[in-house]
Amino acid sequence: MSMAQQAEPAVGRPPASGPQQTDGRTARRSPALRLLARPEVGVFLGAVAVLVFFLITAPPVRDGSSMANILYQSSTIGIMALPVALLMIGGEFDLSSGVAVISSALTASMLSYQLTLNVWTGVIVALVVSLAIGAFNGWMVVKTGLPSFLVTLGTFLILQGANLAVTKMVTGNVATDDISDMDGFDQAKAIFASTFDVGGVQVKITIVWWLVFAALATWVLLRTRYGNWIFAVGGNKDSARAVGVPVRFTKISLFMLVGLGAWFVGMHNLFSFNTVQSGEGVGQELIYIAAAVIGGCLLTGGYGSAIGPVFGAFMFGMVQQGIVYAGWNPDWFKAFLGVMLLGAVLINLWVQRTATRR
Amino acid sequence: MTDPTTHGAVLKDTPPAGDGPLVELRGAGKSYGNIRALHGVDLEVHAGQVTCVLGDNGAGKSTLIKIISGLHQHTEGEFLVDGTPVRFSTPREALDRGIATVYQDLATVPLMPVWRNFFLGSEMTRGPWPLRRLDIARMKETADQELRNMGIVLDDLEQPIGTLSGGQRQCVAIARAVYFGARVLILDEPTAALGVKQSGVVLKYIAAARDRGLGVIFITHNPHHAYMVGDHFSVLRLGTLELSAGRSEIGLEELTNHMAGGAELAALKHELAQVRGVDTEELPEEGDLTAPVATTPEGTS
Repeated sequence: MSMAQQAEPAVGRPPASGPQQTDGRTARRSPALRLLARPEVGVFLGAVAVLVFFLITAPPVRDGSSMANILYQSSTIGIMALPVALLMIGGEFDLSSGVAVISSALTASMLSYQLTLNVWTGVIVALVVSLAIGAFNGWMVVKTGLPSFLVTLGTFLILQGANLAVTKMVTGNVATDDISDMDGFDQAKAIFASTFDVGGVQVKITIVWWLVFAALATWVLLRTRYGNWIFAVGGNKDSARAVGVPVRFTKISLFMLVGLGAWFVGMHNLFSFNTVQSGEGVGQELIYIAAAVIGGCLLTGGYGSAIGPVFGAFMFGMVQQGIVYAGWNPDWFKAFLGVMLLGAVLINLWVQRTATRR
Repeated sequence: MTDPTTHGAVLKDTPPAGDGPLVELRGAGKSYGNIRALHGVDLEVHAGQVTCVLGDNGAGKSTLIKIISGLHQHTEGEFLVDGTPVRFSTPREALDRGIATVYQDLATVPLMPVWRNFFLGSEMTRGPWPLRRLDIARMKETADQELRNMGIVLDDLEQPIGTLSGGQRQCVAIARAVYFGARVLILDEPTAALGVKQSGVVLKYIAAARDRGLGVIFITHNPHHAYMVGDHFSVLRLGTLELSAGRSEIGLEELTNHMAGGAELAALKHELAQVRGVDTEELPEEGDLTAPVATTPEGTS
């Protein structure tokens, strides 16, 4: 056989197929099954189940003001669960998010009080500090390649210690001084911790912020380049980098987003209680992570939604308040949460396996 | 077909006049600590030509493409794009100069839908900044059209790319690189994991890319695939260039011989005879080893 013939370079484009052809190997799944495969549907059903359960067993829950209270509890978890969920989709953890909330509140409170400044100065400085903590976490993670679990465990311990030590050093007490009579307090309270009336029910403004942030996070995640990058860096970091996704920027900014959330919740705590207990916040980070996981975010990254954690946080708020309304011993709260977490994860797993099976 | 205003990877400047190489390595090398992975490699990539880089496992092929694609930096020699020395620190910089790479591990994110993978890193957007959003309809339509041009018909572009076969994923990755207006296309063993028919499709696409004026760097360890489309052949061995020859200077037989390492095979045959008393009469003679290996299995990886 002549080499020249075999070696003739192939020319021409591969055959183009007709425009409407399908490969016929994937049968269309029914819309109901496709819906069930969405990450947030399982948790939605779970949230409905918990709501129905408490509506039956705890009659006071049926009242409008109780529901406003439950939603308020949910919103303080939910606002933080959103950036934590985005970070988790981006493939990282932040264990310092719980104490970072308190760090932010302490910064604003002590700075304003000790230097007798307008509280807005404290609020702005607290924002800078929170973003800096997030940036530090992110920078350490992308620079060293260490697991974010370790890096943020370190930050968690640092902040926990610093919160207590600095507060005691500055105020001589474990709590900060009351700042409710300072300049700008009312203004800041209106934004971070006000209450308004809806048909005779007192509704906290954090509920509104929670839903606004959730809508924004959903839009960013599904409709913007940045959202695409979040899925990509969590799904396969090396591939993402190879096709030109700015992996470092995405990861660091996600950590800073958690800082932003911590700042917001910290400001809410400060302006609704006027003082800050420096030892609080420990353990909250796990609640946020649990809400994100219950909300259908994959612990290993690359999959999840922003709406799921909204329902996840609602389940937590519902249980926390529902136990009280049902007249049970509130000591059971954490045990109940654990059962719920495991149950939700199992249901999620089952629903997704059933729905995605071909 | 390409709309140069929508994505960053499209070349922004026209190729320089004349027929100078698009990409050139002069004595380039790379050391990882005390390990010298690559040393003294010369390589030229011209527009409208396929430059094949052949070599056995560990010969330095991957290191070579990682330098050109911006994942690693060279530690010796020179790396020139359009005649000017460069040193890329990220793959993004290489992409911006029109150098696109299709990796062996395919560089896709398994859990993301096909169309999101197709446009990952170079997404189409619309609207002013605070409301700038993905142009999903246009991206899906374009991805579908480009994939159909490659002979891949998918029912559902929303399915995670991890559910596609290896060959389909490879074709998605190549179609993506070609679509994004690469001037230089680096293909890292694109046929290694593919069946006969899919390899044929990929080779046709390489030829099509060449005919559109792209410079193609085709990394493979299959000399048959290389000789079907190649214009220039460089064989790497143990991190250095063993052979660099144009199509007119070398035949498939000689290329196969260089690849298979004819001398080494002869030595191996001798050793086997000593160790186990293998019936060396049954083994092919040294002269036969240089003949075209018609029975080489598809994708020798």
